[in-house]
Amino acid sequence: MKQFKGRVISPGKIKAEALVSHGGLNTLASFQKALQFGDKKATCGDQNNPDLYGKQMVGKALCLPQTIGSTTGGLVLYCACSMKRQPACLLFSKPIDSLAAAGAVLADVWLDDVTMPVIDSLGDEFLNYVKDGMQISVEDDGIITVE
Amino acid sequence: MKLTTELQAILDGEKGEVLSKVAKTLVKYGEIFGAEEMVPVTSKYNHLVTSFGLKALGPVYELMDQLIESGNLSTQQFSCDPRPLDKNVPSNFLLDFIFKNFMYSRQDFYEGQLTKLGLKDKNAFTCACYMDEVGNKPEKGDILSWAESSAVVYANSVLGARCNRNSGIIDLMGSVLGYVPKFGLLTDEGRKATWVVEIKTTKKPEAQLLGSAIGMKVMEEVSYIKGLDKWLGTELDDAACTYLKDFGAATASNGAVGLYHIDNLTPEAVESGVALIAEGAKTYVIDDAELERVYREYPVIWKNKDAKPKLCFMGCPHMSLEQLKSWTDKVEAGLKATGKSKVVIPTVFTAAPGVLEAFNKTEYAARLKATGVITSYICPLMYMNNPLAGKMPVITSSNKLRTYTTARYYTDDEILLQITGGAK
Repeated sequence: MKQFKGRVISPGKIKAEALVSHGGLNTLASFQKALQFGDKKATCGDQNNPDLYGKQMVGKALCLPQTIGSTTGGLVLYCACSMKRQPACLLFSKPIDSLAAAGAVLADVWLDDVTMPVIDSLGDEFLNYVKDGMQISVEDDGIITVE
Repeated sequence: MKLTTELQAILDGEKGEVLSKVAKTLVKYGEIFGAEEMVPVTSKYNHLVTSFGLKALGPVYELMDQLIESGNLSTQQFSCDPRPLDKNVPSNFLLDFIFKNFMYSRQDFYEGQLTKLGLKDKNAFTCACYMDEVGNKPEKGDILSWAESSAVVYANSVLGARCNRNSGIIDLMGSVLGYVPKFGLLTDEGRKATWVVEIKTTKKPEAQLLGSAIGMKVMEEVSYIKGLDKWLGTELDDAACTYLKDFGAATASNGAVGLYHIDNLTPEAVESGVALIAEGAKTYVIDDAELERVYREYPVIWKNKDAKPKLCFMGCPHMSLEQLKSWTDKVEAGLKATGKSKVVIPTVFTAAPGVLEAFNKTEYAARLKATGVITSYICPLMYMNNPLAGKMPVITSSNKLRTYTTARYYTDDEILLQITGGAK
């Protein structure tokens, strides 16, 4: 078991299974198929991301460095949240990028019934340590427990 | 964040719940990046990244309806990224069916929303809105609320405007409120270069390849590029601006670049020179071997790597008038060399409606048409962004299209050989 402390972007307490992307998450490429064709598990459709491609993202503690790709990224994340196809939480090893930040803020301000804790700046050690399937607990103060 | 009395009142709901939410969104967004104040958007027009009525974006259309119904329209007129559909582009029955009934079934509805919110005109659909023929060209120092990555990096770097690399919807909200949070590329400090790139190639580097190399190296950081003026000159003429359009789009899509400075060429570099370089900046040297390495490492994700290309897209971002003319000359010369009269791969050159209109008034238009090349205002990315088109072997010299789709990248010279039948 190991704990990491990050910065709280969107608060919340949650427990979920880890899903790890060592490369940046291309939000549009990852979510588009799921949103387009009604995949409630939000299976990652980004062929360029070997860590995530073909894996279910809904309900997972998505651990990643940053998001990358099209600047529609924020609105795609907002749509995923609105359609209840979002990860349980987003845990960034690096400072959050402007596209993911936009998605997190849009979901927080405009959607009443969605909770998706977002923590950033967890450090490279966090992403090196965490593996798919590990149990993750997120606390309101940005402390992450990985076991 | 310190807010003016006016903005605090908006945030507190004095102008309604919807505008309060818009303000809250932008304030929260800015606070994440340490913004201490909101600043007025000063450009004449805005530009929105979301131009497509993708069925999957239902929640976005609902949000836009909230803005429209509450009377919170854009305070500026705006242009928008290119349309995803154009009947001029080669297609087939199944592809058309998927486009119209599954993917872009909300296109007409969405364009109706854009019109109500403040769309500049019915032809204002292009990613290269800063072209003279389109007319959305910000002034140096203007504060923008744009999101299209290739337009943001061009506006910051070539025009000297100030804009962060925003997401879609945030772009619209900035012009609904009339203010954006001041952080990152809106500040003098945020515009300093933390990388020095030294160009030491033996010939003019391919714009799309150079941009890709720099984007992948510096990611979202600002670079100060030395040695490129040797190849581009010191004047921002049509040829230099066209080069920087393609170069910048590659930096922004292969990395996440929002601003670069070119020594002796781009406005802030001309004004301030090496004073723009931050203390402790890292160095990246680019020579012929480095560009070759970058090119050879691109993955080819076609199932059959030897497949015969079925389509060629040029113009992501949209081509300039100068580019359409010079490519007309190149295609004609290429066909003459191979003894053919028409291109051997269906080829689409994309440009803004206004640029195409200007091109069609020149003698080049008939000449290009005679070569079999099709012109279109479509967004090649949106065309490619579906399972059927994704399986097609499409070639391009756009590094942005390569990055976001299954299209295979070739240099301009290689593309010319392929489409004119000169490739071995």
